[in-house]
Amino acid sequence: MTTVVQTEMVAPRRRFRGLRKLARNRGALFGAAIVLFFVMLAVFAPLIAPYDPFFSSFTNVRKPPSAEFLLGTDEIGRDIFSRLLYGARASLMAGVVSVAIALGLGVPLGLIAGYFGGLIDGAISRVVEALLAIPSLILAIALAATLGPSLMNAMLAIGIAATPIFVRLTRGQVLAVKTEDYVEGARAIGLPNGLTIVRYILPNVLSPIVVQATITIATAIIAEASLSFLGLGQQPPNPSWGSMLNTAKNFMTQAPWMSIFPGGAIFLVVLGFNLLGDGLRDALDPRDN
Amino acid sequence: MVRRLPVQESFAAVLKLIVRRILVALPTLIILSVIIFGLQRLLPGDPIQTMMAEQSDPEVIEILREKYRLNDPLPIQYLAWVGNVLQGDFGSSLRTGLPVTEIILQKLPITVQLATMAMIMAMMVGIPAGILAAVHKNSMIDYAANAVALSGMSVPNFWLGIIMIMIFAVSWKVLPASGYVPITQDFWLSIKSMLMPAFVLSTAVAAYLMRHTRSAMLSVLSSDYIRTARAKGLLSKTVIIRHALRNALMPIVTLATLLFGDLLAGAVLTEQIFVIPGFGKLIVDAVFTRDYAVVQGVVLFTAIGFIAMNILADVLYIVINPRLRHPQ
Repeated sequence: MTTVVQTEMVAPRRRFRGLRKLARNRGALFGAAIVLFFVMLAVFAPLIAPYDPFFSSFTNVRKPPSAEFLLGTDEIGRDIFSRLLYGARASLMAGVVSVAIALGLGVPLGLIAGYFGGLIDGAISRVVEALLAIPSLILAIALAATLGPSLMNAMLAIGIAATPIFVRLTRGQVLAVKTEDYVEGARAIGLPNGLTIVRYILPNVLSPIVVQATITIATAIIAEASLSFLGLGQQPPNPSWGSMLNTAKNFMTQAPWMSIFPGGAIFLVVLGFNLLGDGLRDALDPRDN
Repeated sequence: MVRRLPVQESFAAVLKLIVRRILVALPTLIILSVIIFGLQRLLPGDPIQTMMAEQSDPEVIEILREKYRLNDPLPIQYLAWVGNVLQGDFGSSLRTGLPVTEIILQKLPITVQLATMAMIMAMMVGIPAGILAAVHKNSMIDYAANAVALSGMSVPNFWLGIIMIMIFAVSWKVLPASGYVPITQDFWLSIKSMLMPAFVLSTAVAAYLMRHTRSAMLSVLSSDYIRTARAKGLLSKTVIIRHALRNALMPIVTLATLLFGDLLAGAVLTEQIFVIPGFGKLIVDAVFTRDYAVVQGVVLFTAIGFIAMNILADVLYIVINPRLRHPQ
């Protein structure tokens, strides 16, 4: 009983120490600033966008960046800056939703496999190993093709393809925590398995999962852009950075600005999430606590 | 009792490890085959319809369905497929009629050349950069190496490819924008046409190698035997190269083997941008034409290759690390 009380008292203090460490990490702050900047652009896209992202004008086809069109226009005269803002919604949503899917499937499966062990663990682990043998982009392409091309299906495909990583990570963490005194204690006082997992195991395996989730958002954004680039994600005329690059590659010589800006946006957002993930990893590293 | 030579003993140990790892991989392979088979059967659209295009004589369609066993129950289809795969027969393409094994063997060398060139570039950049960053920890060199690595991990391959084509092929005209020249036809032209795609493909792997080399070097450099070597008065360079590097490189070799699989996957987009008729382009084309047999064959082949690379990584780890060769 005393151990239980102790962990509950120690936990918040440890979390604050992590936050303070994160706030001192300049790279992580820079990453958070980039992410926040793009989130704002996506949220306020209708207010910021100077033009309708779908409005095409045949008198303004492939105009280079100017005061009138900040980042130029595309092959049918749509304003690239406006499309980029709306594209940010697709990219960020893809990153967050697919990781949410991967977390929603992977963490419970990992908890079950690690906690109960035995046959359930064997079955889950074998399937995870089989899926991990297929490179995740190839798995996502195959899944997206199976489900049919759309942004929702691309997110689902990326989420499923990223699930095995979370199952394996969570399972490993649970195995490490399972034998701790506070878990044994919870079991000894007759707490049901479900409650033991949710109250005592989950909070203690969360840090590496949070780090992995942040980094996976970065890979998921690239994956969505890749699928859209191949024509398996966001469908035209809806804007997405990947699909903008797909058309842009046909106008490399005539209209380089069509490629430069959407790709630059992907690069910056992914960099932001990677920086944030690195910072979180350093801040939450148990070896320093 | 006859004492065996140490060489024989370690050879036997490695052989035992290979056999054990293959046995462990078997259930994984079986589940994998079920997943791949099931996934492709879920593909919407009838492959025969796709294949026949506008011609749709019901009798011809029926004969073709019979020929490709599409009328059999799924478990029978699966067993027939696995039986053939075990004999190295991945079926034939629904579109071209060519055997899938033949198509794969024809495309694979192209992607292997691309991936090998990318791996060489990544090692040439990533490992020295990691060593420099570790030796000069918290200096400008360290920060710069980390910043470059982080950028390498964050840049989308297909975008970097487009930008490089704009600079090196369109503006400066020093490298070909796209296309592939077989290495047997013209060695130097082949290498030259693959320089850009290989570089684009190498960025993420170079970044991983740099980060792992750096952390491996850092942990080795703070170990007791390095302090001893330094205390003996050995030159800093000697310590770093002869003592630290040899030990730090072991996990790196294993990592590089595993990352080779990532390169094959990354090749999907790189080959698309640079119009290289390799493995990656084969997958995308097969997915878009609903060529079941090719998609199945390619995904299964990639996965088997990945598992083989994993086993190879384990074996290499033991071969280069004599301490692990004699398990108690």
